[in-house]
Amino acid sequence: MRLSELANPSRFNALVERVLPWLVTATALAFALGLYQALFVAPDDYQQGATVKIMFIHVPSAWLGMLGWTLMSVSALGTLVWRHPLADVALKTAAPIGAAFTLICLVTGALWGRPTWGTYWVWDARLTSVLVLFLMYLGLIALWRTVDDPSRAARAAAILTLVGAVNLPIIKFSVDWWNTLHQPASVLRLGGSAIHPTILAPLMLMGLAFVLLFVTLHLSAMRNEILRRRVRTLRLLRAAAANP
Amino acid sequence: MTALAALLRRDMRLAVRVGGGALIGVLFFLIVVAMVPFALGPDLALLARTGPAILWLGALLASLLALDRLFAADHEDGSLDLILMGRAPLELAVAAKALAHWLTTGLPLVVAAPLLGLFLNLDPAAIGAVALTLLAGTPALTCIGLIGAALAAALRRGGLLVPVLVLPLTIPVLIFGVAASNAALAGPLPFGTPFTVLVALTLASVVIGPFAAAAALRHGLD
Repeated sequence: MRLSELANPSRFNALVERVLPWLVTATALAFALGLYQALFVAPDDYQQGATVKIMFIHVPSAWLGMLGWTLMSVSALGTLVWRHPLADVALKTAAPIGAAFTLICLVTGALWGRPTWGTYWVWDARLTSVLVLFLMYLGLIALWRTVDDPSRAARAAAILTLVGAVNLPIIKFSVDWWNTLHQPASVLRLGGSAIHPTILAPLMLMGLAFVLLFVTLHLSAMRNEILRRRVRTLRLLRAAAANP
Repeated sequence: MTALAALLRRDMRLAVRVGGGALIGVLFFLIVVAMVPFALGPDLALLARTGPAILWLGALLASLLALDRLFAADHEDGSLDLILMGRAPLELAVAAKALAHWLTTGLPLVVAAPLLGLFLNLDPAAIGAVALTLLAGTPALTCIGLIGAALAAALRRGGLLVPVLVLPLTIPVLIFGVAASNAALAGPLPFGTPFTVLVALTLASVVIGPFAAAAALRHGLD
């Protein structure tokens, strides 16, 4: 089944219905394994104690928040450049999921910062740019809701997504470019990761679990959006037939 | 006279006439800056320290206010369709409208800022710094606002959507504008460092804004 064949919404829905049970199972297994590893196998930090284990939720959420906007940027290109029929569905449905993960990242970060830094919030470069990402997610969702016709909203949303994508490298490199309270990059950096394998392995496992969760939620949301648009079209047709 | 010059002149004329909103922005700026001491209290030292920030926020909100008249009015009476169908490239036409908007909204804010700085007890060096950073930064506010205005051009119930879309994108301009103003006031950072970044942001937005706005107009209106 090539990507171009998936442009057919009915075929896409059929594929999602077949794949979804496996995805849900895989997500549940990955979370079970990841949480077990994170909570019981990974060691406590010598300074922070068990508080460090918030990292296993906070860091993957941050990754997914940024991955969400990256995915939306690719979908935006699909809408504007390649005119893929389902690109705008992917764009619309990824926004709330990415916003939720960004919110989880901000909240868990605040909860982690209170005992370790002494404050829930600080206006350093990393936190500010992630907050700006969250605000842009909300603005994008607001834009979708303001226009009645989904396909017209799609093009405007696609442009806004591409403009907002400039924030992603700012977030990633903010801890390098500015003197921030948030710690510098430890996983994806030149010279390899700086985390010990006993903590890195559960982190990667949790990352995989979060990615599977995102894919599961996203695919089922795309299916729902396709069905929602069909309902809308049917309603419009019925209204038009009732008023000749 | 070329089409772009005609567009520029038309927009400027429309802005200064009744209902155009050229000086409403300055009035809003004045009102906002006048209201802040009511909220903060009359402590002159506090006002002097936060003065650059208050002026920048006021200028940001005032230029945001005038954005919806950029494209919405033209969309309603059909001239936006004529601009889209014209021979001039849409990006340049949009840039001409942005220039007219800045000359009639942004530049008056820059001129009004020193006067309002007196209300906030800023010393002359601070007033000069704020005016200079506003001069460098208001084009960025106009061009970034251009994107939001173009996205919301065809919406009937746009409401507060344009500020919600535009404000997160203008945060870097605000940060560096205030940082440059404060650097001129107190140490240790030299004025040039954040000011250079501010100018860079303006130059980048002058390029990106018209392109994104033109794309938004093209795709959003058919």
